[in-house]
Parts: sequence; C-alpha cells; structure tokens
Amino acid sequence: MPVDPVVELRGAVCVTGGFPTLAGVDLAVTAGEVCFVSGDNGAGKTSLLRLLAGLTPLASGAGTVLGVDLSTDRRTLRPMVGLLGHGTGMYDELSVLENLRFFASASRLPLDGLDAALDLVALPARVRVLPMVSLSAGQRRRAALAGLVLRRPRLWLLDEPHTGIDGSGRLLVDRLITGAAAAGATVVFASHETERAAAIATRQVEMAGGTVSGPQ
Amino acid sequence: MTGHPVTRALADAGVVLAKDLRLEWRTRTALTQVGPFVLAVLVLFGFALDADRPTLERATSGLFWVIVLFAAMLLIGRSSTIERDPGVSDALRLSGLSPAGIFLGKVAALACQLLVVEIVVGLGAVVLYNITFVGWSVILVTSLAATVAISAVGALYGPIAGGARTREALLAVLVLPTLAPVLLGVTRAWEIAAGRGVGDAWAWAAMLGVSATIYLAVGTAVWGPLLSEL
Repeated sequence: MPVDPVVELRGAVCVTGGFPTLAGVDLAVTAGEVCFVSGDNGAGKTSLLRLLAGLTPLASGAGTVLGVDLSTDRRTLRPMVGLLGHGTGMYDELSVLENLRFFASASRLPLDGLDAALDLVALPARVRVLPMVSLSAGQRRRAALAGLVLRRPRLWLLDEPHTGIDGSGRLLVDRLITGAAAAGATVVFASHETERAAAIATRQVEMAGGTVSGPQ
Repeated sequence: MTGHPVTRALADAGVVLAKDLRLEWRTRTALTQVGPFVLAVLVLFGFALDADRPTLERATSGLFWVIVLFAAMLLIGRSSTIERDPGVSDALRLSGLSPAGIFLGKVAALACQLLVVEIVVGLGAVVLYNITFVGWSVILVTSLAATVAISAVGALYGPIAGGARTREALLAVLVLPTLAPVLLGVTRAWEIAAGRGVGDAWAWAAMLGVSATIYLAVGTAVWGPLLSEL
C-alpha cells in the first residue's frame, strides 16, 4: 500500500530578492524517513528547509507538507514542524529556561517537560539559568536542540545540525535524529559532514543550483 | 489550535507581554536611554521657559506629550529590534502564536513602558515646573487612550521601519504624522480640563478613544500578513 508522502514538492520555485533560491524542486519524503540533503554552499539547502517550514512562499509549482498546501496555508503548517537553523532562535538576554518557557507557552506545550528536554541534551543545571548571550556556541546549540525536543514536531528540519558543537554533541545530534525517526517523526536535514550524515540517513538527495538531483 | 480566536489572541498577548517586559527588565533600555532623555528635556524646557511662568504653565500639556512622543520613538525602536535576529523572527513565526496576539502583546508592552514614562514626566513637571494637574478624570482617561493609540501605531510601524537602513528617520516619518491628531486631542483635552481652553474635554476624550480603537483594529487585522512578509 503506497504511503502518503509527508513532503511532496513538484516544480517548487522560491524567489528571494529577485533571485530564484529554489529553481524547480521535485521531492517526496515519506513518513519516518531521515532525508539527508547535501550540496555546496548556495545550492539551496537552507531555502528548501525554510520552504518546508512554511517560512517562505512558493513563487510557482506545488507543494504539500504534512498535508498542508504550501500555496495557500503556510501558517497552519508552522506549529507542526521544528526548524533548527543556523542561529539558536532564542532571545539572547533571556536564560535558557526563560526562552524554553516562553516558546513552550507560545506553543501551548506543558511546562513540565523542560527539565527532561534539557537533561536529554546534557545541558548542565548551572547553565540553564544563564542568559543565552553568556553561553558558548556549543551550549547555545544544545539549548536550541532542547527547544526542538520540547516541541516534538512531526517534521524535523535541521540546517547543519553538527556545526559548532563538540564530539559528544555530534553524537547527541545523531541520537536525536534517529530517535525522532524511531518515534515516527520525519527528518530532513542538511549537512556538510557527508560521511556522518550518510551513516544516520535512510536516504540522500543532492542539491545544486536550486534543484534536487539524485533520487527524488 | 483550539479555543475561541479572541480568547486565544488574548492569551497569546499575555505571553508576548510577559516576554517583552522581562526583556526590558533584563536590559533596562527604557531606564538607561529613555530616562535620561526625558529628564534632560524637562530640565532644558524649564531653563528655556522658566523666566516666563505663564507661558510654561500654558505649554505644559503640549510639552508633556511631545516629550512622551519622542520617548515613545525610542521605545518603539527598541521594541521592533527585539525580534530582528532572523532566527528569533523565524522562531516566533513557527511558535503558533496568533498574529493578533503578538500584535496586542507588543501594544500592551509598549503601553506599560509608556505609562511609566508618563508618570516620570508628570512627576518631573510637578517638581521642576511647580505645575498642578487638574481635571484628573479627564487626564486619566485621555492619557490611557492616547497611550494605547501611540502604542498601537508604534507596534504596527516599528517592524515596517525596522527593515530599512534609515529606520530611525523612517519611523519618525511614519509615526509622527499618524499621531498628530492624538497629540492635538490629548493636549486640547488637558487644557480644557485645566480651564485654559474652551470646548468639551470629553468630546476630545471620545475622539481619542475612537482613534485608539481604530489603530488597534487596523493593527490586529494587518499584523498577520505583515508578519509573513517581514
């Protein structure tokens, strides 16, 4: 029995500042897949992830993510996905806990899962009450990952998740990705660490010039 | 998403309000930037007009609200930069907060900070100018309406101007003409309440209330599409 794709893009084009960041992407990702998106800088990996998160509009083409039509209703999609971008997505002047409380309240999530999420990413208790701006790059990355874990999204979108963290952090990212997939989520992630990413992915697609080559 | 849209928007507004006020408390931007500015302007106006007490008394309501407006520009600029980091902006859009709730929360946070500024300016006028405020019911009602109007316009125009290279100038160009009627209404109402003008102060209060309602309604309606484009 065919499985409905979680992500289905047909000829997806996105334009930013007059420039086509995605130039006709065809891609289908089914539930539970861990899809590794590789490609050089400027290939369109980040643009693809932002499109799948509902943050950028489709200029042309068609696309559905988690059953939501990207052409008509991106706002409905956003709370269902989790995006780990290049930044932390958190307020620098607030502590880790304050940030997580805010975003948990905003997403109507129970607050009793905060400590568990922070334990999972191995962020020490003394660090959790410090402002984000005081944290190291690796600690900030772990805090951002805790935010993602707390959200329990159905679709995980990770943009170079291994960047900026140490060896144990990279193992943590790998565990989180495989754990999310095992729990039924779908993961699409971009990375320059080809060998590491290929080891945990169930599928790999290559991007170049705003399009996807390879298995779509 | 569950619950009535209005209930949800108000709940979301509460979450955003608490976050913005916590950020302000953490950074003390209003205290360190707006406070000295307000006090400096109060003192300078006092020096400039002190020799002419009748002029100072007549000009107090106008001076008060001009100072509040300029202080509001600083606060609006600060409020619009809170989510300027692209990652934070994306996180806010992904959070599921209703656009109306975000807008109303921003308005409420600005209004709270402006009310503190107004209290400081009022105390400063009393201490430095030896002014006595009369017509407290008119003052309170019109101040509240004007504060809401200024906050709504600021919350709407702040992010629009925030993306421009000349954002401070653009903000002034957008906000000040829009708020000119508010400035006129509240100063006239105060002058009438103090016995220095003719007319019905409550008519001006009603105009301010209508203005504040319109600005809130417009901001609530356009914030969603605006957030998507920012």
